[in-house]
Amino acid sequence: MRHGKARFVASFLVLPVGLYVFYVLWPYAQDIGYSLTNWGGYSDTQEFVGLDNYVRLVKDELIRKAFWHSVFFLVTVPVFTIALALLFAFLLNVGGRGSRAGVRGVWGSSFYKVVFFFPQVLSLVLIAIMWQAIYRGDEQGLLNGILMKIGLVDPEKPLQFVADPTPFLGVPTVLWWLLLIAVWGGTGFYMVLFSAAMQSIPKDIFEAATLDGATRVKTFFRITLPLLRDSVSVAWVYLGFIALDMYALVYVMTPSQGGPDHASEVFASVINFTAFNKGQFGYACAIAVALGIFTLLLAAVQLRVTRRERIEY
Amino acid sequence: MSTVTTPPATGTVGVQPPPPGKGRSGPKGSSVGDVAVSGFSHLFLIVWGAMVVLPLLWVVMSSFKSDAEIIRNPLSMIPDGLHWDNFSRAWSNGHFNDVFLDTIIIVGGGVFFTMLLGSMAAYVLARYEFPGNRVIYYMFLAGLTLPVYMAAVPLYKGIDNMGKILPFLGHNQYAMLILVYVAWSLSFTVFFMHSFFRTLPSTVAEAGLVDGCSHTALFFRVMLPMAKPGLISIGIFNVIGQWNQWYLPVLLMQPESGETKKAPIAQALIDLSVNQGYRSDWSGMFAGLTMAMLPVLAVYIIFQRQVQAGLTGSITK
Repeated sequence: MRHGKARFVASFLVLPVGLYVFYVLWPYAQDIGYSLTNWGGYSDTQEFVGLDNYVRLVKDELIRKAFWHSVFFLVTVPVFTIALALLFAFLLNVGGRGSRAGVRGVWGSSFYKVVFFFPQVLSLVLIAIMWQAIYRGDEQGLLNGILMKIGLVDPEKPLQFVADPTPFLGVPTVLWWLLLIAVWGGTGFYMVLFSAAMQSIPKDIFEAATLDGATRVKTFFRITLPLLRDSVSVAWVYLGFIALDMYALVYVMTPSQGGPDHASEVFASVINFTAFNKGQFGYACAIAVALGIFTLLLAAVQLRVTRRERIEY
Repeated sequence: MSTVTTPPATGTVGVQPPPPGKGRSGPKGSSVGDVAVSGFSHLFLIVWGAMVVLPLLWVVMSSFKSDAEIIRNPLSMIPDGLHWDNFSRAWSNGHFNDVFLDTIIIVGGGVFFTMLLGSMAAYVLARYEFPGNRVIYYMFLAGLTLPVYMAAVPLYKGIDNMGKILPFLGHNQYAMLILVYVAWSLSFTVFFMHSFFRTLPSTVAEAGLVDGCSHTALFFRVMLPMAKPGLISIGIFNVIGQWNQWYLPVLLMQPESGETKKAPIAQALIDLSVNQGYRSDWSGMFAGLTMAMLPVLAVYIIFQRQVQAGLTGSITK
């Protein structure tokens, strides 16, 4: 029996672990090795250069841009998405509290949920291409067309959207337009998540609060929101990853995949550009290691902040 | 019907009239407030709903227009006529025949093996004590946070080298892409199924073993069927994830000169819009988008409950 068990465990683990180590862990490990060389990629000559790549990385203007753009998305994507998703979940559930039966969805709430969820099932690439058509820089784009019709945009000077590197509130305009797509796509999913969490809060808590004379808004901020803490922190963690994942939009939509004028570079676009356009594999690996460290630090911060005792009910 | 929140005086619309006790002070102002709040809710919800639906509808409607009409009247939601030729043109220009077949092979194979290998590993890690168990589990967890872009360069080079030894595992090969998809989906699948297998009762497993069931048979005949709800959740998650995967194919499905490119749907769409000068053929591009979009939306609408529960459930575990 003993031996049978050991053989069984090994036989079940060998394939998944093998694949995972070979295709996932090994490339990560290789990053570190390659990052210490001046390997170009298309030949096999590589010399050990120590930490030269990392010294160069700290001074690299492009990396600095990518870093700040990532920070911008890390702050804005979760904040806007969670705020909107909470608002809609709140409207969906508490807005319909008409009867004395406690919390109840507004009429048609499942319809709203289905519709709001649409972007989640469409591929990011498809969404990016669709928004490219919406963001077209002449009167044929959906947004420019509408804004010209209602007279908000001068037909002589249409909005350039993702081709616009000029700063708005200190951040290149193109990033704001990309942010809009991320929020547009993510809100429905988190609304469904929060809405489910709201419905799992026992109704007597709300009844008690109502009897005590709490208003809707007060109920939301004093009861619903604190009890949603778990879901909100999960959402924040996932949105953090999505914010680092804006590369799909950058890749499909922006001029020269990170432009214009490097105004929308993110880590991934810099890695791709350095490796496959400039042919500097060693340096690209050093950037990848930096991205890894950045991600791990972020995960550590998130774990730290979101760790808290669960409220059982 | 939120507007049916009539004042208690009429009391006939099926709502129980409130007990006439004296202690109730709350409901008095609330029905007017309720109507207002609910109207307000609907207003916001409808505006956002329109923001989600209108762009999609615009794409579908534009796919029926001729190029001339798109230029003349880009905003109109009702096309002059139904230009089905846009679809046939996009279908052949975009090689949609091959694309759909490629996508089905890659995503089908990828999801099947992800589920099989992922639940095998998760099961063993969740229910068997052995040295190294924790190490392997945390090793899988480590992959959850790090982005795939990090591994781009070594992965590209590794596949290149692999292809020189075993051609079917080199660039632009189904088997290679399936294995890569599986490997990159394992972290989350193992993590999710691990917590699921933990919750299953151990008495059933013990009974099976006492009855002389082998460990392998126990897994496939007893534990896997018991884990069905979890498998459905993570299965939906993986189908959508791998269907939408675009970076790995762009990186790894580069054909050698003379080879035909094998492109799953996301990559094919990128090729349509970025590389092939599709910019001049707007109606064709809209038709391509529509063809890629409608089947997914249709499947989603049919299975909306499962998809919503599956996706939101799998991230809160």
